[in-house]
Amino acid sequence: MVTTFLFGLIALIMVLAALVAVTNRNLVRATMGLVLVLFGNAVLFVLLEAYFLAMAQIIIYIGAIAILIVFAIMLTRHVGEDWGPAFHRAWPWALVIAGGLGGALLFWMVRWPGGQNTPAGQVDPNYVQALGQALVNPQGYVVPFEVASVLLLAALIGAIYVAWGGRRVKGPYPQRAEGGER
Amino acid sequence: MGAFLRDPSVLVEWLRALLMSWGLSAGLTELVLYLLGGFALATGPMLWVIFLIWFERKAVARFQDRLGPNRVGKFGLLQPFADVLKLMTKEDIIPEGADKPLYWAAPILSVAGVLLLWPAIPLGLGIGGNLNVGVLYLIAAGTLGIFAILLAGWSSNNKYALLAAFRTVAQLVSYEVPMVLVLLLPVLLARSLNLQDIVQAQDVWFVVYVPLAALIFLIVSIAEVGRTPFDLLEAESEIIAGFHIEYSGMKFAMFFAGEFLHAFTIGILTAVFFLGGWRGPGADIYPVLGILYLWLKGFLVYFVVVWIRATHPRIRIDHMLNFSWKFLTPLALTLVTVGAVLDKVVVGWGVWPRALAHLASNVVVALVTLQLVRAWARRLPRPKVGEPRPVARPQPQTQPQPASGD
Amino acid sequence: MVPLGAYLLLSAVLFTLGAFGALARKSAVAILIGLELMFNAALLNAVAFWRYLHPQGFEGTVFAIVILAVAAAEVAVGLALFIAVYRRFGTADADDIALLRG
Repeated sequence: MVTTFLFGLIALIMVLAALVAVTNRNLVRATMGLVLVLFGNAVLFVLLEAYFLAMAQIIIYIGAIAILIVFAIMLTRHVGEDWGPAFHRAWPWALVIAGGLGGALLFWMVRWPGGQNTPAGQVDPNYVQALGQALVNPQGYVVPFEVASVLLLAALIGAIYVAWGGRRVKGPYPQRAEGGER
Repeated sequence: MGAFLRDPSVLVEWLRALLMSWGLSAGLTELVLYLLGGFALATGPMLWVIFLIWFERKAVARFQDRLGPNRVGKFGLLQPFADVLKLMTKEDIIPEGADKPLYWAAPILSVAGVLLLWPAIPLGLGIGGNLNVGVLYLIAAGTLGIFAILLAGWSSNNKYALLAAFRTVAQLVSYEVPMVLVLLLPVLLARSLNLQDIVQAQDVWFVVYVPLAALIFLIVSIAEVGRTPFDLLEAESEIIAGFHIEYSGMKFAMFFAGEFLHAFTIGILTAVFFLGGWRGPGADIYPVLGILYLWLKGFLVYFVVVWIRATHPRIRIDHMLNFSWKFLTPLALTLVTVGAVLDKVVVGWGVWPRALAHLASNVVVALVTLQLVRAWARRLPRPKVGEPRPVARPQPQTQPQPASGD
Repeated sequence: MVPLGAYLLLSAVLFTLGAFGALARKSAVAILIGLELMFNAALLNAVAFWRYLHPQGFEGTVFAIVILAVAAAEVAVGLALFIAVYRRFGTADADDIALLRG
């Protein structure tokens, strides 16, 4: 009963926050909407008894990714200001595609009988410990774990290389003709 | 009374029976109990802050050979209440062009980020936090504080507040890395992320095992709170304030109270991770005694934090970031690696040999680090002190100047 | 507890909103925000399936951890690209980066 009420409340907040995140012209507010969605997701993880993932979600998504996004918005002048339309000209097409995608998802979901499932069994109270051992067990999941870490390392090196300020390539493409820096 | 001292959960049972006798359903009773617990956990620390403010003002004053507050009440004990009254009656200014919802949310988040640390802390045997992801929870709750700072800086519509927020966040993010690394050591020694288990595992305090890690944790925690010597972004004596420059009245008071409470909380956390938490003579039999021990240990560390604040000069921003990235992070990484390898070697050695082996490894790491730092410092160019330097000395005229007025 | 379908429904709504944001927004950062929403919807699905269908196993959790890592990597590279593009073109709107348009 309490869980159902909590789930409904969180779901409502998450959907509203997601609407803010995708429609608000002010990018900082959009990011705050995203943060609310991420936080709601973490609360849902707690409801689902995935405590480790809830904490990982907050540390990684809110503590790292959201802050990175805010930094990127503010490192680039004027981008955070809310001028101009939020969407480009062809946004009705995006609505059609996204709506079609969502409609298809809903269509298949209502036809799937598993939607009425209730949880199968309990979560082990020492799940975190078991998960940790499974992640470094050669018979377990050490390969995906290592692949993920190598991917992360490669991405970080690539990000530093791309964003490095000292080495600017002079290309043939001129600065924007009309107005230049706005 | 004796039963309560032996097992504090009788209090909860008594409350539950009382509520049930009022005709509440079992689920509702549980909810009311949870709310009461949350209320107690949030109110207790906030009330304690009132004393902390008095204590810190008094202690810093004594360090600086002053008397400190001594007018309102005995020993000035009522001074914080007078301060709160003053802050409450101040005008609550919201700057022009501020992003109002976010401007309001920032102080609340700032205090919430600190108060959220408390539920995970084990206050005694069977009292307080017993979360099986406790350490991760502490790190996660810390990120809320970062967000409060970012929001405060951005929503104030003040470029200096924004710049200060960026620098503060850069500082917090840099110092989070060594903190997380160092927290791995108690986790490794106790074989658990649960803070209660970490406390239970400290038959010998972890500060004996890994004193270097405890020291790093204390330094990094002070940086996380943003206190002297790491408070250059809100240096009261030099600039007005940092990210909260546009805040006034109660909103400012919330940032202020959050900072004080955070300073005490890191004392408690240091006690939990390295000083044996609630453990002490008799705390196993009378868990309530554990709260007292934890409080005493936490207060001791808090006093050291105040001591550092009163006596240590501020450091520069580049020094501060370099100190984290080039010194603390590699050192913490080394400590974790050495500790992990060593703990596999000494498995099954008994408590004291294991502790002494870890202590020896820490001493070795400390000596090697000192040698490396010394070698590095020798290669630095040094400004010459004590030789006369030509500063603004009148130069002899080499060319005859044309006479003025020609 | 809530039936599995409720989680799937919420996740589908979030995914749709994220897809719309990623397709329709002008600013590159906003596109990234839309992508993050989609990642989160997938994450929620993975965890919900793990809890409801196979809570003793590790597949769902490991999958979620990999999603987290991929999302972090994607954001790091995306924002680096975004800053590089901004520095070069003076704008971060995905519309204005039309170098290849004839």
